[in-house]
Amino acid sequence: MPFRTIWRKSVNVVMLSLTGLCAVVTVFALFFILGYLVWYGGKSLNWAFFTNLPTPVGETGGGMANAIVGSAKLLLLASIIGIPIGLLTGVYLAEFGGRTFSFFVRYTTDLLNGVPSIVIGIFAYTVIVLPMKHFSAFAGGMALGIMMIPIAVRTTEEALRGVPRMLREGALALGASKWKTVATVVMPAAMRGIVTGIMLTLARVAGETAPLLFTAFSNRFWSHGWNEPIASLPVMIYTYAIAPYDDWHRQAWAAGLVLLGLVLFANIGARLIVSRGISMRRA
Amino acid sequence: MAMKTSEESRPSERAAGAATPWPADIKMRAAGLDFYYGGKQALHSIALQVPTGRITALIGPSGCGKTTFLRILNRMYETVPQARPEGEVLLDGEDIFSLDVVSLRRRVGMVFQKPNPFPKSIFDNIAYGLRINGMGGKGTMAEAVEKSLRRAALWEEVKDQLHKSAYALSGGQQQRLCIARALAVEPEVLLLDEPCSALDPIATAKIEELLFNLKDACTMVIVTHNMQQAARTADFTGFFLMGRLIEFNKTAIIFKTPARKETEDYITGRFG
Repeated sequence: MPFRTIWRKSVNVVMLSLTGLCAVVTVFALFFILGYLVWYGGKSLNWAFFTNLPTPVGETGGGMANAIVGSAKLLLLASIIGIPIGLLTGVYLAEFGGRTFSFFVRYTTDLLNGVPSIVIGIFAYTVIVLPMKHFSAFAGGMALGIMMIPIAVRTTEEALRGVPRMLREGALALGASKWKTVATVVMPAAMRGIVTGIMLTLARVAGETAPLLFTAFSNRFWSHGWNEPIASLPVMIYTYAIAPYDDWHRQAWAAGLVLLGLVLFANIGARLIVSRGISMRRA
Repeated sequence: MAMKTSEESRPSERAAGAATPWPADIKMRAAGLDFYYGGKQALHSIALQVPTGRITALIGPSGCGKTTFLRILNRMYETVPQARPEGEVLLDGEDIFSLDVVSLRRRVGMVFQKPNPFPKSIFDNIAYGLRINGMGGKGTMAEAVEKSLRRAALWEEVKDQLHKSAYALSGGQQQRLCIARALAVEPEVLLLDEPCSALDPIATAKIEELLFNLKDACTMVIVTHNMQQAARTADFTGFFLMGRLIEFNKTAIIFKTPARKETEDYITGRFG
C-alpha cells in the first residue's frame, strides 16, 4: 500500500477512536457523579430529612425540611419574575421585533447570560438587601429570576421561530390579529420547546449557590413569609460540606440527591403535561 | 391611494363557443394595480374583474405574479416587509386598502398551497375562525362545524373523530379541512393558492368537485400551475406573464381561441 493510503487510514482510525473515547469519558463522568450522589446521598436519606429541621451542632439526626420548602419558595419567586419577562421578550424577538432593536436585545441577553452568578448576587444585594437592611427570600428570588431570563428568552425565541410560516398565515387569513395568531396558534405549536427551555432554566437556577449567599442567606429555622432570610438546598449543601462534622457531610450528600430528584421530578411532570396536548408532529 | 384610469378590461363578446354568459355582477375589481417588493416591481397595472359566484383561474409560469396578485386580494402581502401596492382594488365597490384588515380577511378567505391545519383537533381547527371572530355561541358551534365540514365534503370521513388531531388526516383530507376552516366564517370570496399542488390526482379531483359545488355560496379565485385544472374548474381565466395580465376572458375562449400570441404559446406548452 502506498504511504498516503496507510497514513489516511490510520488518521481515520485514530480520530474515530478519539471521538469514541471522549464519548465514553463523558458518559462515565456523568454516571460517576450520579452514582456517587445516589450511593452516599441514599445512605443518609431518611424520612426525617424531609420533615425535620436541622439539629444543633453535635446532635445527630434532623433534616432539611426548611431548606426543601425554602428552595421551592425561591424557585417560585424566581419563576414569577423570570418566566413572564423571559417568555414575552422571546415572543417579541421572534414575532414583533424590528431589526436594530432586536439585535440590541439579543446581544444584551447573551451578555446577561454570561454574567457570573455571583455578580448577579451582588446586584440583588445592592438593590434589595442594602436598602431593606436585611437578607430576604425576595432578594434571593429576584437574583435567581434575573438569571432565568436569558435562557428563557433565547429558548422561547428559538421555539417560536421553528413554527412554520404557513401556520401563521393560516390564522392571519382567517382574520386573526398578530397577537391572537401568536397566542392561539404559534405559542401552542411551540409549547413543547418553550416548556423544555423553561425547565432547563429552572434546573439551572435550582442549583445556584453563589447568588443566594448574600441575598437569601440561609436560615436554620422555618422562614415565614417572603421577607426573612430563607434556607435553600444549595446553600445548605455548601455550609454542611465545608463543616468539620461527618454527620453534616452525610446530610450534604442527601441534600444533593434531593435537589437532583426535585429538578428531575419537575422536569418529567412538565413534559407529561405538555405532551397531553396535540403536538406538531404527525399523530 | 392614487386612482389611475383603468384599462378597459372587459373583453369583446365576439369570440364564439363561450358557454358561460358574461356576468353583470362583479365581486372584486382591480384597476391600475402596481405592486412592489422594495424597489422591485412585481406587478404592472393589472386590471381584472372577478365575477360574483364564479370560479376565476389565474395561470402563468412561475414568478409571473399570479400568487402575488392573489395575496393582494386579502392583503396577505402585508406579512412581507416593504411590500407595497399602488392602484385600486375594490370589494363590492369598497376600497380594500381602507377596509379594516381583519374584517377584509373574514370576508375574503384563503386556502394555501400546502395544507396548513393548526396543531389542534379537527373540531378546533374549524371552530378557530368562528371563535376569533366572535361568531357562533356555545350551542351553535357544533352545528357550524358540521355545516362547514359537510360543505367541504369531509363530514362523513371525520364525524367520529372530531376530537382527534388534524395531523392524523391524509394530505387531501387536510386540505379539505383547510377549506372547511376557511368556509366556517362564511367568506364572500375564497382565494386558493395552488390548493392541489401537494395532492395526488384522486384528492385533486375531490377538491375540484368540491369547488364546483361551492359556486352558489362564494366567489372563488384559484391560482394554478395545472392548465387542465383551470380548464376543468374555472369559468374565467386570466393569463399572467412577467407581472402583467396578458389576457383575461372566459375559460373556453382562453383555451380555444386566445387573442394573444403569448397565451397561445403558454397553453400549448411552447414555453413556461
